[in-house]
Amino acid sequence: MTREMTGAKMVVQALKDQGVDTVFGYPGGAVLPIYDEIFLQNDIRHILVRHEQGAVHAAEGYARSTGKPGVALVTSGPGATNAVTGLTDALLDSIPIVVLTGQVPTFMIGSDAFQEADTVGITRPCTKHNWLVKDTDSLSATMHEAFHVATSGRPGPVLVDIPKDVQFANGEYSAPKPSSSHYQPVLKGDLEEITELVAAIETAKKPVFYTGGGVINSGPAASQLLRELVDATGFPITSTLMGLGAYPASGENWLGMLGMHGLYEANLAMHDCDLMINVGARFDDRITGRIDAFSPNSKKAHIDIDPSSINKVIRVDIPIVGDVAHVLEDILKIWKSRGRKTDAANVKQWQNQIAEWRKINCLAFTNSEKTIKPQYALQRLEELTKKHDRYITTEVGQHQMWAAQYLGFEDPNRWMTSGGLGTMGYGFPASIGVQMAHPDALVINVAGEASWLMNMQEMGTATQYRLPVKQFILNNERLGMVRQWQELLHGERYSHSWSEALPDFVKLAEAFGAKGILCSDPTDLDDAIMEMINYDGPVIFDCLVEKHENCFPMIPSGKAHNEMLLGEAETQGVIDSKGSVLV
Amino acid sequence: MSALHIKKGSTRHSAYNLRPTFSDVQERHTIAVLVENEPGVLARVIGLFSGRGYNIESLTVAEVDHTGHLSRITIVTTGTPQVIEQIKAQLGRIVSVRDVHDLTVEGASVERELAIIKVVGEGDKRVEALRLADIFRANVVDSTLNSFIFEITGAPDKIDAFADLMRPLGLIEIARTGVAALLRGD
Repeated sequence: MTREMTGAKMVVQALKDQGVDTVFGYPGGAVLPIYDEIFLQNDIRHILVRHEQGAVHAAEGYARSTGKPGVALVTSGPGATNAVTGLTDALLDSIPIVVLTGQVPTFMIGSDAFQEADTVGITRPCTKHNWLVKDTDSLSATMHEAFHVATSGRPGPVLVDIPKDVQFANGEYSAPKPSSSHYQPVLKGDLEEITELVAAIETAKKPVFYTGGGVINSGPAASQLLRELVDATGFPITSTLMGLGAYPASGENWLGMLGMHGLYEANLAMHDCDLMINVGARFDDRITGRIDAFSPNSKKAHIDIDPSSINKVIRVDIPIVGDVAHVLEDILKIWKSRGRKTDAANVKQWQNQIAEWRKINCLAFTNSEKTIKPQYALQRLEELTKKHDRYITTEVGQHQMWAAQYLGFEDPNRWMTSGGLGTMGYGFPASIGVQMAHPDALVINVAGEASWLMNMQEMGTATQYRLPVKQFILNNERLGMVRQWQELLHGERYSHSWSEALPDFVKLAEAFGAKGILCSDPTDLDDAIMEMINYDGPVIFDCLVEKHENCFPMIPSGKAHNEMLLGEAETQGVIDSKGSVLV
Repeated sequence: MSALHIKKGSTRHSAYNLRPTFSDVQERHTIAVLVENEPGVLARVIGLFSGRGYNIESLTVAEVDHTGHLSRITIVTTGTPQVIEQIKAQLGRIVSVRDVHDLTVEGASVERELAIIKVVGEGDKRVEALRLADIFRANVVDSTLNSFIFEITGAPDKIDAFADLMRPLGLIEIARTGVAALLRGD
């Protein structure tokens, strides 16, 4: 079916046909025709952000919490360049988003026109794919292809750059056609490899599941199948930062997060295991620590939809290229048909060993009656919100790691954090995207004061759309993680890692028409958190916490999993010169 | 290992048919990449190499299927086996890439390069240049009273050898196309 219409109308029609209900954007000269079409319809809600970076992070929050692609619409030039951080963030965390940018008219491209930038050139390395649409007739097909590419295979950000004359001109609109694209990643894993993995599962004495964001990206079925497999085998399971919630934190085989600030028992299980089953994770450097000492005695299986993830960092024995849900289904099918065997006696012994490690209680901290410890604040937040329909976003830094350690996630798509890129300023706009997708849910952005200030302009968005997002700021008046590294690596010379001239967050909230809550006394904390939860509107919660708390456990740079630091003792000189060049 | 039929968004060489990766030996590989001939596609491929720190020794590109708008990019690159596997997997990930072939591991292949070489000289040197050109089956495509332009086709090391011989005889300029390569047999 084809219909003639303007390019601008095609954009809106294509969004409708792709099932888009929300667009985060900011208008400007080169997208005015599209904004005119948005004005003339009521099917798609447009959320006016206060900065284009916020639009892209909001689209990411929407995508991560729904599994559907997020959409952002920005203008040419500075609009497009402001979107670059969000695009890179989505690329590193494999988040499906579609960013539409306006461009100067085709006949002015290359003339250094007003608000012209080489958008497809700038964003080529930070998108999964991008397009400059030069004629209106190809616009609708490109829009549909953009959604297909963003959501197929390993998801990621795509960008469609649309010159203004293409928006004005008439062309033929074509509706989405299934599988008309050449881009068709393989979903099913190789059965021989899967059978080899099943055989390894049957004989493993010290197995561990190491899961990641690929499980979340694969969809809810993948999490269900993972839970079934883990519980049926009784194998312990740990997860990366990106994969939290795929297996419930209350599940009996749950080890907690692994990695640089992961749990002692999780990292030791990784180091000592004899079978590592990587499900949709990518052996990131935050996970592996020192590569030549990474899990030295294990057979490693790796399930990933992206062949380039396999053998990129760690050599694996059983590579399986495919979609997590499809592969897990085949594993379960074959394992069951072969009699559901495991080496139960040895696995039991392994579980006992893990239970011994767990007794170390690596998340223990010295609480205080005078000041709020950040860990305590998160424990109370967890206790008081876990029964709610709750979504958590975070900024980047110590608070992010503490949130991952002390909050429990029972379901996928409930935890939105910038893992790969580590983007300070991500969490607040992401919380706006999440709240748009889940209007009745409790959406909390666990933040540090420094990260939060990076995109604080979005308070305007939160109050304009009456989005009751809760900004839970652990305020230590420091760039806490930078400060921690300066303490460990740079002789306690705290170069520019404190937050001076901070705003009065309560007054700031009031200036935006929101509610501000200040809390500095541990005895007031519960009441203050309840006040935040019960307030029907956006809240800035300024939680004044201990200023010099360090985040533990920690695997120092250049060290192996079994060389973790558990607490304040002996933090001096633990990172050698080789480790200190790492980040 | 298993014979996979991975098509788009992947490469059939990455995870399977593992050669001893993670060795430190530098290998030279010729990789043929079939891409959709759309604006920016070459930038995507080159950007991948520069962005991830891979080497390009030679690169040729031309549209080979005018109706299907497909171009063939032939890249000669060096790296450890792990890097070579990564290069192929990363190439396969580019949305506009249809197919990736490692001609160095997939079987015997034919590699050809064309060069045109300008040699300026008089007297004996000029005669010697012509004589050597004859031995290398290089053709004279332009001539003045004191210069020749030779055209030579062959494997890259044959062209290197010819250029080395021409240098003392007055080679002043050389233009090379880079390698084009095909697998032998059917």
